[in-house]
Amino acid sequence: MTKPIISTKDVHLFYGKKEVLKGISMDFYPNEITALIGPSGSGKSTLLRSLNRMNDFQDNVTITGSVNIEDKNIYAPTTNKVDLRKRVGMVFQQPNPFPFSVYENVAYGLKLEKKHTKEEIDQIVEDSLKAAAVWDDVKDKLHESALSLSGGQQQRVCIARVLAVHPEVILLDEPTSALDPISSGKIENMLLSLKDEYTIVIVTHNMGQASRISDKTGFFLDGNLVEYNKTKHIFMTPSEKETDDYISGRFG
Amino acid sequence: MNDPIRESMLKKSKAAKRETFGKTISFLAIAVIVAVVAAIFYFVASKGISTFTQNGVNFWDFLTGSTWNPGSKGADGKPLVGALPMILGSFFVTILAAIIATPFAIAAAIFMTEVAGKKGTKILQPVIELLVGIPSVVYGFIGLSVVVPFVRSIFGGTGFGILAGTFVLFVMILPTVTSMTVDSLRSVPRHYREASYALAATRWQTIYKVILRSAMPGILTAIVFGMARAFGEALAVQMVIGNAFTVPNSLTTPASTLTSVLTMGMGNSVMGTLSNNALWSLALILLMMSLIFNLVIRWIGNKGGNTK
Ligand SMILES: Nc1ncnc2c1ncn2[C@@H]1O[C@H](COP(=O)(O)OP(=O)(O)O)[C@@H](O)[C@H]1O
Ligand SMILES: [Mg+2]
Repeated sequence: MTKPIISTKDVHLFYGKKEVLKGISMDFYPNEITALIGPSGSGKSTLLRSLNRMNDFQDNVTITGSVNIEDKNIYAPTTNKVDLRKRVGMVFQQPNPFPFSVYENVAYGLKLEKKHTKEEIDQIVEDSLKAAAVWDDVKDKLHESALSLSGGQQQRVCIARVLAVHPEVILLDEPTSALDPISSGKIENMLLSLKDEYTIVIVTHNMGQASRISDKTGFFLDGNLVEYNKTKHIFMTPSEKETDDYISGRFG
Repeated sequence: MNDPIRESMLKKSKAAKRETFGKTISFLAIAVIVAVVAAIFYFVASKGISTFTQNGVNFWDFLTGSTWNPGSKGADGKPLVGALPMILGSFFVTILAAIIATPFAIAAAIFMTEVAGKKGTKILQPVIELLVGIPSVVYGFIGLSVVVPFVRSIFGGTGFGILAGTFVLFVMILPTVTSMTVDSLRSVPRHYREASYALAATRWQTIYKVILRSAMPGILTAIVFGMARAFGEALAVQMVIGNAFTVPNSLTTPASTLTSVLTMGMGNSVMGTLSNNALWSLALILLMMSLIFNLVIRWIGNKGGNTK
């Protein structure tokens, strides 16, 4: 059996006194796409953000339990958050390119590392844009503002920006919810093609999307992980009644 | 035939009447403002130009001449109205004050928005707002009793001069520039920060490469705004600059600015004489400069708007 790349153990997370994650234990396996589904407010984004410590920026957050990446707890005091985020990249719900050129957006993470030559950066930028299936759209406007692109193109540039620093894990929080179906489809296909190289965790509201692209699916409700299994299993023969209700649209 | 519905459709409703009334009032208010501004421009311009049209002073000589003594004539029989000393003085104090104020303002603004957290901001914000509201005569007075002796004790001389003027203006514009810079840093969307951190940037990298850069149009606007204020400030500068009509050749010898000459001279000259007209010409230059500062601010605003 392969070892999980990320493994959370009994994670509880509080915003102030409000418990938003109520003991989540969940393993994520390399080169798989894991989908997190569940109604709004069930804690999917919060769990996702706890995997690369983006929750640290909120005030009043308390987290207990552990999140291990290759047997190291990322919440240990010795953790270097910069190194952690190099390994675990993130794409947000709203496309959020910097107000810079397409090129500078994708080169941003590379330039921080200061270990690449200009030629290498050019090459990586091109490769990343190709891998994010947006090269043909932007190859003639690399030096125009990324904000002039369509929403779908912006989101793929944001994915390219993450690919450029070559993390091991990519977290995506409803990356297509603000996009039209055609752009969403492109991103779904692209994610499938990235699976060989990356581990992907995606929050989605779109049941079809989860069933099309993911290997495993976790169903969240009220801060609990109600059911976590192979996607086929979750959608065809869910073990829990709540999962069944949610998937067949009876609530949420 | 008496159809109440038809009647009410044809008549103007109460709301529509009120709307017309409101529009008329605001139109009148705007018309008055425009008229006043136009009148000021016309007045200053017509007076300012008469130095050149009535008194026969060459405009170029006026800008580049280095002797200011409107009451008398030079060896060549031409009036001595060279405004170069004040023009240079104004530009020197303005630019120097802006150069010194900018790093302080940016550092303070970063501290307030990115480092200090809510508590620090709660203390600093009112302090800065208070500083903005202090009347300029107070700054001038402090300059006179603290800055001038200080400059004197270090550099010798009288202590009056461009350095003292710069320092007073620096303190005067710092709060304005800082609070405008704070606003522009605050308006950088939160998601730029998140994206930067998620790409493994440190806090300083994020501040430097994303926040300052995205806020640059706003910061430039703040600086130009500060410069406009420094350029137009009269009283405080006049109290510390020494008011000598010579081309400044050192930062610590007495000099003058357009504004200081104006405040000193306006009461002491007779309307219609050359000495009076020459002062109006200085006022015209000031007006032109504030117009230019305004245009620059608008231009930066538009450029910033395009990239956002
Ligand atoms: N910064 C925050 N402060 C306080 N409560 C929050 C914060 N972020 C999220 N929450 C709350 O935590 C719960 C889970 O939110 P979230 O993880 O965003 O859910 P989901 O992504 O499943 O819609 C919600 O009830 C939400 O209101
Ligand atoms: Mg969410």
